This record gives sequence, structure tokens and C-alpha cells, in this order.
Amino acid sequence: MAIQTSINGKAVALSAEPDTPLLWVIREELGLTGTKFGCGVAACGACTVHVDGEPTRSCSVPVSDVAGKSITTIEGLKSADGTLHAVQKAWIAAQVPQCGYCQSGQIMAAVALIEKTGRPSDAQIDEAMTNICRCGTYPRIRKAIHAATGQAAKAQEGAV
Amino acid sequence: MTDTPTADSAATPVKRKGVKRRAFLIGGVAIVGAGLFGISIADSNAAKDAKARIAGKGEHVFATWLKIGEDDSITIYSPHTDIGQGSNTGLAQMLAEELDAAWDQVRLVSAPAEPSFANVGLGRGFLGEMTGQAAIVNGIPASFLSFIARQMNLQITGGSTALRFTGQQTFQKVGAATRLALIETAAKRLNVPAAELTTQDSTVIHAKSSRALRYGELAAEAATLSLDNAPKLKDPAQYRLMRQSMQRLDIPAKVDGTAQYGMDFAVPDMRVATIMAAPVRGGKLTSVDTAPAMAIKGVEKVIKLDDAVAVIAKGYWPAISGLRALSPSFSDGGNAGISTASIFTAHDALIAKGKADNEAGEGDVKAGLGAKPMKAKYQVPFLHHAMMEPFALTAHFKDGKLNIWGGMQDPLATKMAAVEVSGLDADNVTFHPMIIGGSFGRRLPMYMEIVTQVTKLAMQLPYPVKLIWSREEEVAQGAYRPQSSAVLTASVTDKKRIAAYQNDYVQPESAEDETVFPYILPAVSRRHFAHVSNQNTGAWRSVNSTQQGFYNESFMDELAHAAGEDPVVFRRNHLKAGSRHLRVLDEVAARSGWGTPVPAGRGRGVALVESFKTIVAQVVEASVGEDGMPKVHKVTTVVDAGSIVNPDAAMAQIEGGTIMGLSSAIGEAITLDKGAVLQSNLSDYPLLTMAQSPLFQDIHFLNSGAPMGGIGEPGVPPAAPALANALFAATGKRVRNLPIKTQAKG
Repeated sequence: MAIQTSINGKAVALSAEPDTPLLWVIREELGLTGTKFGCGVAACGACTVHVDGEPTRSCSVPVSDVAGKSITTIEGLKSADGTLHAVQKAWIAAQVPQCGYCQSGQIMAAVALIEKTGRPSDAQIDEAMTNICRCGTYPRIRKAIHAATGQAAKAQEGAV
Repeated sequence: MTDTPTADSAATPVKRKGVKRRAFLIGGVAIVGAGLFGISIADSNAAKDAKARIAGKGEHVFATWLKIGEDDSITIYSPHTDIGQGSNTGLAQMLAEELDAAWDQVRLVSAPAEPSFANVGLGRGFLGEMTGQAAIVNGIPASFLSFIARQMNLQITGGSTALRFTGQQTFQKVGAATRLALIETAAKRLNVPAAELTTQDSTVIHAKSSRALRYGELAAEAATLSLDNAPKLKDPAQYRLMRQSMQRLDIPAKVDGTAQYGMDFAVPDMRVATIMAAPVRGGKLTSVDTAPAMAIKGVEKVIKLDDAVAVIAKGYWPAISGLRALSPSFSDGGNAGISTASIFTAHDALIAKGKADNEAGEGDVKAGLGAKPMKAKYQVPFLHHAMMEPFALTAHFKDGKLNIWGGMQDPLATKMAAVEVSGLDADNVTFHPMIIGGSFGRRLPMYMEIVTQVTKLAMQLPYPVKLIWSREEEVAQGAYRPQSSAVLTASVTDKKRIAAYQNDYVQPESAEDETVFPYILPAVSRRHFAHVSNQNTGAWRSVNSTQQGFYNESFMDELAHAAGEDPVVFRRNHLKAGSRHLRVLDEVAARSGWGTPVPAGRGRGVALVESFKTIVAQVVEASVGEDGMPKVHKVTTVVDAGSIVNPDAAMAQIEGGTIMGLSSAIGEAITLDKGAVLQSNLSDYPLLTMAQSPLFQDIHFLNSGAPMGGIGEPGVPPAAPALANALFAATGKRVRNLPIKTQAKG
């Protein structure tokens, strides 16, 4: 039986087995490959999406759990006219990504944090941004979050 | 040295007379080229082949690596894989600078994984570095260097070489020579002397007559000219792209989710496979009941390989569920007695026995050490690369042709490995390079089991198959930075000068060709004792410089404290006056406030390491947290890489390299029991998080003008010793075994 949900504002009926992690439904059934597979055990956060606005590690959520919920992936952050989200723009300005593989998840986690806190402090960033980046882009992620929330001075100070 | 994984599995390839292996050095690690096949020596043939592969209608190719369209588009073909280090943007800057190209028209793509795109500049750079005689290399004809590069299947990314070798040896020259050809064409067309022409933004300008011709209008004719082999390069004072922080070309696609990594590749009818190899490396698959996997909806096939079992399914979830349902039996290859402890015991025995495999140094060390030298033993564990994108390659064998898609650090060697495994003619095997989600040395050609695996699967399947390694497989089947030990011995005179210094170290390969010991001492001995376990070991970002940097820079600190001398002063006293090393050290001391008070509970530690011709000094300010783990508050880093092509991208490499160095020092270790890896995922192989990273990094580049050094790797090595030295300053506890974890706890 199809699972009804909404992805990036569009209603979809999913045919995957109910125990399939949301990540693989997003990637393989819907073909939205911006959400990444990193560890499969919710340790790295590369698969972070929003489920009803909450940052969620999609590798560890069975698709049956999201029936009737609203899911946003990195592909859904742009506005309808294709303009990048302010956080994505800040990511480019700060030249955050290196290999880039974890960055969809980092951006989704950052957007959720900013929506919740408005202008997150360094302590709030440390607490919320638990996604792993092997390239070590953390200083620039911090800088981009500050910049995206109008904390330019802080971005400067936290800058390397 | 681990042999290529294809060695025992290759069927006899057709149209090839014997396979030769060629080894050369990259950062002290031998790389084995996957094979040799018949190609002509003449470079012009390679150029013709390259042209045929990339030139479309209205497009004109210059010296293999550059294509100019009649629509003014500039396409640069890179023989390097941008793993995130930004080197492709740097390469584009170098070529576009000398070409005087309009930057917004420049596009950079991966060169085809074909011998005609083998990396000649890299071969030239390696030869120069190996012989230490750039002049000799410069005397070698380009056609011969091209031949060597193709023989080696040289398309590798590693050793921090992209800009300093490929960029300087090839791309700047291609840009400059093409510019001259465009000018020559314009001079003829405008009927003016070439000397009256200037170039700017992809246009040749004749100011006198206010006429201009676009590169697109000139390309067709210019491409028929033979290019100047030794064009004059710009004076750096004229640079407008190089030494500028141009935004990286690859970043926009990495923030909106559109970048396509090997993991993301898909074609119609594709199946997904996942695999488990013998947990004890060296073991074979002995038996497996396939029924439990086949009972899972979506699973289509279970394939047994010599040393692994793979499950083929409609998607990754049924594939991994099927694999987990299996209870395969593997032999242990006689390696069940190997453990972390047994390896260290073997290391101790080798050093105690004293029969070194390689020796280097100068002076009378024995006499200098005297009767009562200082002695300390250091140990470091295997390290996992932990690239964020697990291995994923897609392969399709159809109508006698094999196509493979994914990200590897040497596309051409990847192709040749698949040629060997498949037994197909090289013309029938194509590797399509894609964006790489991290590598740090993991995707180098000497340990490409996944290429062997996916080729074997594809050759027996009627549809395309994407083989994904689970993170568990990735952690357990790594090509780790080797577990290594060192015993350091030295004596210090009452004038606080080192009289003799001995570094006895154990690991699979000698570090001699790579490690630089910058201190001037009367007597030094470096002795390598070879020990090989059953694990695959390889190049881990900055290779031998991480463990050697930790050994030497920690022990220098011990000697300084024993002598009652400040660690910076002690180092200064053993460096050559006026040297680059001294300048870097002085700069880091000044910028970090060395010698000024630190807040209670904190200490400062210093380290100085040269790797890949770049000198990096670092001061770490750290304390021990309530949990007993190190807390890094501030890192000050000074870098002399000679000169920098893209300052902001270079900065990012040092920031990230520092964090990777701290991460490995603080918490990372692969340990073994009964021959198998104990860690299973990122949950028990902890990487540094945002909260654990230093809030402040001050990074400064000296740009001394010395020959260009690498930038991707040199940021890593100083972090571990600088942190350990800082913890000693804070707590009085000397950490000699990594990872540090809670060893400095009070």
C-alpha cells in the first residue's frame, strides 16, 4: 500500500517497503540525490532532511513513520523562482564546501537551527551542529551561519 | 608494499604482450601502475587522439588540455580529481592567467581516463623531485615524458602535486603558448606586427587601430599552428587571476544538491549491490547459504567472489538487508593471531634486535649519545581515511564494452585495473570520472578492491550494477595509515645543544624519501625497521609526515624541557640562521603570543613540520576538559608554501588539515583483534565535531618566493605534536601514544 507524504511541497505516493529508511526512498525512488548516504546509523548527519520542519537523519527513519508528514530536502530549499536560500548563499560567500559530500546535511541542519533560534550563538551552534565533516569545514560553517543571520561581526571574529 | 589487488585475478588480456609493473614514489609511497600496453612514443599521436575525443563542432583543441569554442567558451581538461582541495580551480586560474582568458567563460572538466590524457607535467615534477635535478628533467624531451606518463597510467591526484607540478609544468605553459598562437593568428588577419597586439579577457586587441578579435574568432586558425614549447610566462606582478581568491568553480553545485558524486549515479535498469569481504584480511569465502538473502523482497542475486560475498537487489536497502541476513564463513588466511598488541610487540622486538632495513643520517651517533642518553618510545595506531562518501562505483558490461562510473584518485589507473580484471581490450573499457566525496589517499590506485569487485560483478550481470560499500565495510576494509612505533634516543650537552639524535621507527615502508628533519645536529641517525601486518596500509593525508612529525616534534619538546630550555628557543638553537624554517617558527611564536601568560589550566605547545616542500609551524593552546578529553582553544599556524595560487582555498586546506590532524590525535584509532578490525562505523571511530574544534584559528602565509610547495597535505602533521606538547605544558603529562583520549587527565 502506498505511503502518502509530501516532498518539497509536492504530494507523493511512495511504493517502497514500509521498513525502508526514508533516505533510500528519497534517493532511489524519488531520484533526489542531494541527500547523502554517509553511515547508515545516524552518526554523521549527511542524510539530514526536515520532517515537519525538524532536522531528521533520514537514514534511520523508516518511511512508514513519515506518512502524512511534510519533508523538505536540499532540493526544496530554493524558492520557486530558483533563488538560493539565504543560508545557501552564505555557504557560497564563505566558500564552505571542500569535498561537499556532507554539505547538504550541514545546510539542512543549519537552516533548522536558524529557524528555531533566529540568531544562534556559538554555544547553540556547537550544540545543534553535530553533523560530521571530514574535510574540517567547521570554522566556515560557523562563519556562514553567523553571516546568514546578520552577525557579520561575529562571523569576522569566529573567522579563521 | 601491498601489491595491486588485481594481481592474482587478472585474466589474460588480449592484444597485450605481458604486463609490466612500474613503481614510482609519491610522498614516499610506491605506486604501482596497473600495466603497460602498446602505444606509440610520438607525442603527436597522443595529441591527435586527445583531440578526437574532445573536439566537437566549432571547437578547437590546444595541446590536449585546452579547448576554445567559436562561441568564446574556454574548456580546460584536468588530469586531476578535485577531491575538495580546490586544485581544479587553481589549475584553471593558472591556465586562464597565462591565456588572458575571460574568467567567466572558463569551465573546467575532468580529462577522459585515457592514455592520451596522461599527466606529463606530473611525471616531470616527480622526476625532478626524485632526482633533485630539475635541470636534468627539463632536458628530457616532452615526447619522452609523455611516454613515461602514459606508461605509468599517470593521472593520479596525491602528494600535493596538482598546482606545483601539473600547474607549473603544464597548464601555465599551455595557456601562454596558446595565447601566442592566437596573437600570431590575429597579427596575420589584421596585418599588423604581433608586437603591437595585447590580450585581455579572451580578446586580442590592436590599440593603434582600435580593432579587436575575439579568441573564438581566432581559434580555428590558431589551432593549426604549432605551439611554442617554452613560452615566456608572465611576471607575477601582472597576475590578475593567480594569487587571487577566485571563488571555487565546484562550490555552487555543492550547496544546492545538484553535484553528482559516484554514489549518485543512476541509469535505467540499474541494480544496487553491496558486499562483505573477509573480515580477517587475507581470508577467503569458504561457504555461504544464500537462501536468507534471497528471501528478502527486492533481492535478486547473491554472488560469491573469491574473498567476498555480494548481494544484488533493486535498491540499497534490500541489498544491505540481504547481506545482513547472510551468515557467510570466511577463512582467516592464517592471520587470526594478529592484534594491535601483537603488532606493537613485534615492533618492539625488531627494534631490540637492531637490524634496520634502511639507515640514513650523518655523524657519529653512537659516540654522541654517550652513556646516558634520553630515550622515549612512541606509538601511533592505524588510521581510517573516513571519507564522507563511502565507495560507490557503477559498472555496465554490454556488447563487449565495459563502462564504469565513479570517483577515484587516478581515473586512468582505474581504467587499466578494470582492463586487467575484465580481460577486455583497453579500447573497450571506459572509466567516467565523477565528483569525489572525500578521499585523503583512500582512492589511490594501489588499493582499488572495489574496482576489481564491481568489474567482476558487472561481467556476469546483464544489467548495470552500482556497488556501494556500507560504512561498516568501509571502516573494516580500509587502507589505513600504518600502525607504527618509534624509539627516539638523544643526548643534550650542558650547553643545551643536542649532541646526537636517533630515530628508530617501525612500519611497513621507509619514510626516508619523504620526511624532512630540519634541525642541524652533529650526529643524526634514522633507522627504518620493516614490519607488515595483514592490513592494507596506504597513504593517509600527508602520509609519513603525520607519524614522523609526531615522533620528532614531541621528542624535541621532551629534550627542551629536559634541558630546561623554552621549546621555541630550543628549536631555534638547532635551526640554520636565515632559514625558511626559522622564519616560520619565529612568526608563529610572535603571532601566538608565545611566552605570554595563558589562562589557568591551559598550556601552549609548538610544532614545526615540513612536508611536500611546505613548512608549517603551529602553536596550539589547550587544556583538559572535565571529561578528561583535550580541549583545543586556539591554533596559530604559519605556512610557507613558497607562493600561493588561491589564498582563500589554501587557507581552507590549512584550516581543514589542522582539524583532521587534531581529530586523529584526539580520538581516532583502528584496532585489531584476531586479525580483524574492531571498529564498525563512525559511531566507534569518532571524528572531531564542530563543538570539539578550536573556535579560533589564526592562519598566516609567508609566501617566501621559494619553489611552490604543496597545500593539501602539509596542514595536517603539526597538530598532533603541538597538541600533545600543549597538554604537557598544561598538565605535566607527556602523551606518547595516540590517540590522546583521556591520557592527559589529572
